[in-house]
Amino acid sequence: MSTDDPTPPPEQPKPAPEQQPKPVPEQPGEQQQPAEPTPMPKPKPKTPNLALRRLRAGFKPSRGQAIVAVVLALVACMAVVQVRVNRADDGYQNARREDLIAILDGLGQNTRRLETEITELEARKNTLTSSADKAQTAREQAEQQVRVLGILAGTLPAQGPGVRITLNDPDTKMQSSNLLDAIEELRDAGAEAIQINGQVRVVASTDLVDDAPGVKIDGEKVQSPYVIEAIGDSNNLAEAAKFPGGLVSEVTGPQIGGTAEVTELPLVQITALHAPEEHRYARPAPSPTK
Amino acid sequence: MIAVLGLVIGVVVGLLVAPDVPEWAQPYLPIAVVAALDAVFGALRAFLDGIFDDKVFVVSFVSNVLIAALIVYLGDQLGVGSQLSTGVVVVLGIRIFTNMAAIRRHVFRA
Repeated sequence: MSTDDPTPPPEQPKPAPEQQPKPVPEQPGEQQQPAEPTPMPKPKPKTPNLALRRLRAGFKPSRGQAIVAVVLALVACMAVVQVRVNRADDGYQNARREDLIAILDGLGQNTRRLETEITELEARKNTLTSSADKAQTAREQAEQQVRVLGILAGTLPAQGPGVRITLNDPDTKMQSSNLLDAIEELRDAGAEAIQINGQVRVVASTDLVDDAPGVKIDGEKVQSPYVIEAIGDSNNLAEAAKFPGGLVSEVTGPQIGGTAEVTELPLVQITALHAPEEHRYARPAPSPTK
Repeated sequence: MIAVLGLVIGVVVGLLVAPDVPEWAQPYLPIAVVAALDAVFGALRAFLDGIFDDKVFVVSFVSNVLIAALIVYLGDQLGVGSQLSTGVVVVLGIRIFTNMAAIRRHVFRA
């Protein structure tokens, strides 16, 4: 009792370390046919190496070998295919949580950055659009101006209601002053565009010079019959031509002895154009309101 | 010898043909591969034990694969597919290690 050995000397050697195989333990391997529970006696020194001998013997062809070969081929094929499929998968499936979080963070940052960029670009687009709108408006106004001024300056053809005044001067007694009077009367009545004989456009710089037997307008010779076409309120224009002591009475008067015919037209086409010349002296002065 | 040849042929076929795994089979293929490996190692061990029987081998192989796939399928239907797959892999892995231990003892006496 007193000399109770707490640790008996290890003279009880197990035949082998813990791995000593009990003869085919309770392994549930399917290959264990219960018919022969211990096919291989375990005493170690009995055979040099039975397993290796069996392994070597297994290399000779047999039916079992063929079957094993088929099954192994199947397994290998399956494994290879699976490996291939697995590799084809996207890498996220097997990524670790931290990696996924990092990836997600990166994507989020990217998204924010790109959203900022979108905002900036949209602001820029708006700026450009509005400035383009402004430019468009300015251009439309300019074009409108060009049309208005073009009619005024005689560089554009014009059409609209108006009158046609035909003056016959068989004795060529009409002078430039008569035509100038006619033009002034028509302008007074609100004529917006005037042409004479379909040939000369009457504009601000138009000059009339006597050149018997006719009149030279802007260097163009114009002769009877004079056809003055004017666009404006046709009634007003006609009245302006016909009022007593006006154009008609003057032309038909004893001094000239011609005939005059005034026709109010719903549509007068003025096709004669005035070719503007470059101003040699006059320059636009800086606007005082500016 | 023929068995090794079969292994090589299988790898080559799998590499060359590279068949597409149908969608429905994709969850089961990995488990089936592990189960097949278990059967193969079991067969090797039985062979070294001297109790190898090709008929038993084929039956065990097929049943292993089928049962593994069935368990995974069942798990999928029950909503515990991934856990059950893990369980199957663990069990098969333990068996493979056990078989390998037996084989090792046979071959190396250790």
